[in-house]
Amino acid sequence: MRRYVIRRLIGLIPVLLGVIFVTMLTIELIPGDPVAIMLGENARQEQVEALRAHLGLDQPLPVRYVKYVGNVLTGDLGRSIQTNRSVLAEIMDVWPNTLLLAIAAMALAIVVGIAVGIISAIRPYGIVDTVARVLALVGLSMPIFWLGLVLLYAFAYYFRIFPVGGTGSARHYVLPAVALATPSIGVLSRMTRSSLLDVMGEDFIRTARAKGLKGAKIITGHALRNAMIPVMSVVGLQFGQLLGGSVLTETVFSWPGLGRLTVRGIFARDYVLVQGAVLTFAMAFVFINLLIDLSYAYIDPRIHYD
Amino acid sequence: MTELAHEIEMTRPRSPMRDAWQRFLRNKLALAGLIIVGILVVTAIGAPVLAPRDPATAVLSDKRAEPSREYLLGADELGRDILSRLIYGSRVALMVAVLAVGIATVIGGAIGLVSGFLGGWVDEVLMRLMDILLAFPYLLLAIAVVAALGTGVWKTTIAVAIWAVPNFARVIRGQVLTIKERDYVLAAEALGARTTRQLFVHVAPNTIAPVIVFASLYMANAILLEAALSFLGLGVQPPDASWGLMVASGRDFLRIAPHVSTIPGVAIMVTVLGFNLLGDGLRDAIDPRLKNRF
Repeated sequence: MRRYVIRRLIGLIPVLLGVIFVTMLTIELIPGDPVAIMLGENARQEQVEALRAHLGLDQPLPVRYVKYVGNVLTGDLGRSIQTNRSVLAEIMDVWPNTLLLAIAAMALAIVVGIAVGIISAIRPYGIVDTVARVLALVGLSMPIFWLGLVLLYAFAYYFRIFPVGGTGSARHYVLPAVALATPSIGVLSRMTRSSLLDVMGEDFIRTARAKGLKGAKIITGHALRNAMIPVMSVVGLQFGQLLGGSVLTETVFSWPGLGRLTVRGIFARDYVLVQGAVLTFAMAFVFINLLIDLSYAYIDPRIHYD
Repeated sequence: MTELAHEIEMTRPRSPMRDAWQRFLRNKLALAGLIIVGILVVTAIGAPVLAPRDPATAVLSDKRAEPSREYLLGADELGRDILSRLIYGSRVALMVAVLAVGIATVIGGAIGLVSGFLGGWVDEVLMRLMDILLAFPYLLLAIAVVAALGTGVWKTTIAVAIWAVPNFARVIRGQVLTIKERDYVLAAEALGARTTRQLFVHVAPNTIAPVIVFASLYMANAILLEAALSFLGLGVQPPDASWGLMVASGRDFLRIAPHVSTIPGVAIMVTVLGFNLLGDGLRDAIDPRLKNRF
């Protein structure tokens, strides 16, 4: 197991180097002079020169890349052009809000999605299953920014049950988490259902039935654990959807998170901030997927890592 | 007589495509998807004929008008007819999605074919490159692209395409890996067929069915992504009518005029649902075994 962990970590290195390269390209690809664009028309010449030097844009690309990687590794993501604060500090101020919202949404999606999938699989192609499948498809077709606005109108403006936006209490999490989780609920319930139905066709399930066990008991006692492996891999991918979707939910619910900071950064042409934010999202996603891969071992003892 | 006809029907060689089509027609949800997509295509093409008003004409005295006989779905924050803007918006939604998925199919398809068929270090390098793109969570890669390139219909299309390429490459590679072990490909190799012939005559054509399914499901995702970018103000720009943009424009008036934001969202959802239903139906009809892969 330890060797597997080490191998996976080494395997991450090229991906992370590539991610850093792609993020660096975002400034590189800006047409024209990025410094002039970032500072606007009224910038003084010294300001332009200072930022150019700060970004190292006077040096050739490979040199800049090596420097940038070095900076990222030491946690130096540069300074925000708007606030002149360290980008890392700006990100760390809001990152917990984004992560907590994503985790809340993930928990909701896992519980509801898997529950709906199980209910569907008890009697496949029955009425309950058909309704659940259509709802799952509606859920994953939902534009979350629109769903957020509908929830906002219904439960914050019309029935004043939940706050309109911002953070503070557990109640603040409800609407954004529901909006964010809905497409994932659809994806996870579909995956749970089809994975369960696959497992239900196997011999050990027939044995359990021959023993006289009935539907729900077979699922919870025998099939579910075996059906969870494909579901887990989807959970990892869904985390990426949730992190990306946070850009939308945070915008709708004025949630002080990294997603909203990113969008603001783009409008303020604060590309140093945008780079740092995009990099943080990507790194978080990569490491969460690693953790989920490693957690397979606990779910499925048949997997050996050597 | 009917018995004879039945017998003839039974003895006629069954084509897999015909079988698939029959299975598709029996699936009510899939048909619903086909109808939704069909309506979308008709609205997009016939927009100038179908739209009751000019989508850009603003009647300030009618701003945020509620649905009425005059404005079937109401008027937006500038007094433009929402229905007409929805109809024109279907053009943008469909065009961005079709182009982006088309680009992703060609580029991602080429990468997947080469990677899966050649294997070895080529496969390793190409797939690591795809992993890098896939490491960016949904929407963030597109945001990074738009941040660099700028906004507008074409740049949005490019952003959506770049996001879709690695996904297509991976799926097509997976298909190629199973196909290239099949007997007819091995036979072609044994008979001395050149690599290019094996690839283009024996392998590539057999990836078409799964590619159609995948493309249909990705049309749904592409429409969502374009709408999301436009909602954020990072996609299609005014005065072009994009559904995501329309949802965003009504945000500030959500409390007093909820229809301005909510109605365009319904259009997005129904359209995306249509493509998802169609894709699901095609998958079940063509090859139910694909279920666990997409």
